[in-house]
Amino acid sequence: MNLVKFWPLPVAAIVVAAGGYAFASMQAPADLDDSLSHASDHGLYAVSIAPAVDPVPVGQLHAWTVAVTTPDGAPVDATVAFDGGMPQHGHGLPTVPKVMGKDAEGRAIIGGVRFNMPGWWELKVHVDGAAGDDTATFNIAL
Amino acid sequence: MRKIVGMASAAALVAIFALAQVVSAGGQAGGWNAEQRQRIASLSLAALPPMPADPSNAVADDPAAAALGKRLFADTRLSANGKVACATCHDPDKQFQDGLAVGHGVGTGNRRTMPIAGTAYSPWMFWDGRADSQWAQALGPLENPLEHGSDRASVVRVVVEHYAADYAAVFGAPVEAQPVDRVFANVGKAIAAFERTILPGGTRFDAYADAIGRGEASALLSAEETAGLGLFMGKGKCLDCHNGPLFTDNSFHNIGVPATPDDLGRMAGAAKVQADPFNCLGPFSDARPEQCMELAFIKAEGEELRGAFKTPSLRGVSGRAPFMHAGQLASIADVLAHYNAAPAATVGHSELTRINLTAEELTALAAFLDTLGSDEPNGD
Repeated sequence: MNLVKFWPLPVAAIVVAAGGYAFASMQAPADLDDSLSHASDHGLYAVSIAPAVDPVPVGQLHAWTVAVTTPDGAPVDATVAFDGGMPQHGHGLPTVPKVMGKDAEGRAIIGGVRFNMPGWWELKVHVDGAAGDDTATFNIAL
Repeated sequence: MRKIVGMASAAALVAIFALAQVVSAGGQAGGWNAEQRQRIASLSLAALPPMPADPSNAVADDPAAAALGKRLFADTRLSANGKVACATCHDPDKQFQDGLAVGHGVGTGNRRTMPIAGTAYSPWMFWDGRADSQWAQALGPLENPLEHGSDRASVVRVVVEHYAADYAAVFGAPVEAQPVDRVFANVGKAIAAFERTILPGGTRFDAYADAIGRGEASALLSAEETAGLGLFMGKGKCLDCHNGPLFTDNSFHNIGVPATPDDLGRMAGAAKVQADPFNCLGPFSDARPEQCMELAFIKAEGEELRGAFKTPSLRGVSGRAPFMHAGQLASIADVLAHYNAAPAATVGHSELTRINLTAEELTALAAFLDTLGSDEPNGD
């Protein structure tokens, strides 16, 4: 009896296990809202965000745009700030994104965004306008 | 004997069942699903983008500068005792590192010598990222009293005496006509031009990943190595930080390795790189300020920087014991055991969580890491 020939057994089991676990650590909760356009947390603003590059890269600095209106869609003159992090990892973005200006449609251009890992990232847009301070929270899975 | 045969038969049935599951679950090349195949392909050297330009170094891609830099890299005259060159610790025969827990120059340092291959792709150099280019990095050890122990005036004297013609040819001005700090910076830029040519070589894993990426099956990795790859991407969570063709996210993490005294890691490194006169925004940089994107968006504050160190590439990792920023862990097995146990950090807070890999899984992961090569990188 050559038991060595059965060495692949645990390996096969591991392959299955690994497949079963595939990216378990990186997957967002199934019921997560992945829309990039919705109301801020307290309903003061409608906020839309969009990546400047598609698909969103892992590891590269890139820009996003942020559009803010009233809940009815009227233009808003507001200050915005952008940050994010990985709720399952307990860390933020590896960079500090900044507002670089506005594009032709009046959307804020956010420079310096980098996602250094695949997985679930939470993005937060802080809005300070005439209606008050509010934060819109978004989710993306890379 | 009958009992053994019985066990073996049961084992064979389980194995067949397991393999059938793999096939039915994947139904694709190597048992991987589409997302896994994409992840595997993303780790291949074939996915490495073109080398990013270094706008802060006007001679970065000049072959004459690289040739000069290669000679400077090996020149022991650039040290206080005439015995230490860059190549002393960054040994070309050992993946441009020394295999020691901490570097030994004119004195004994407190950090593990880092390999060089592929660092042209990294926005931050050193374990704590206290330099933002290869040339700024190269200047640090020259004046570090524990490494070369030299000073910039002495470095310039060596250039005047031994490299004057080559220097003038590369930098367009006689060395004697330039200020010491300018010549010193240019020494770094020549060394950086050489270091940009040092890239990781292809491995068995790359050939496997390319096949999987094409949707083909491949026998280039053994069953155990393949299992290790699955764990690397899944339960082991290795891919979180060791991602992309160089197996690094070029970022900084606290993983709770035993702390070295007074070493705050990135928390100190982020402050140092911003204050470095040889950074991208400094007077010796060839870049326009708007080209210094990394400094513009640097994360320089936050508790997660405390005790955080740069994610090293895993290419060739099996040939680079000991591991971690001060060589605290002697072997790959020790490293994997550390991740598995996820001990609390003694400085700051560890990002790790326990992953509970079995002994067989740890062995498979180590086998996979071996497929990333252990030979010296390309470089000339």
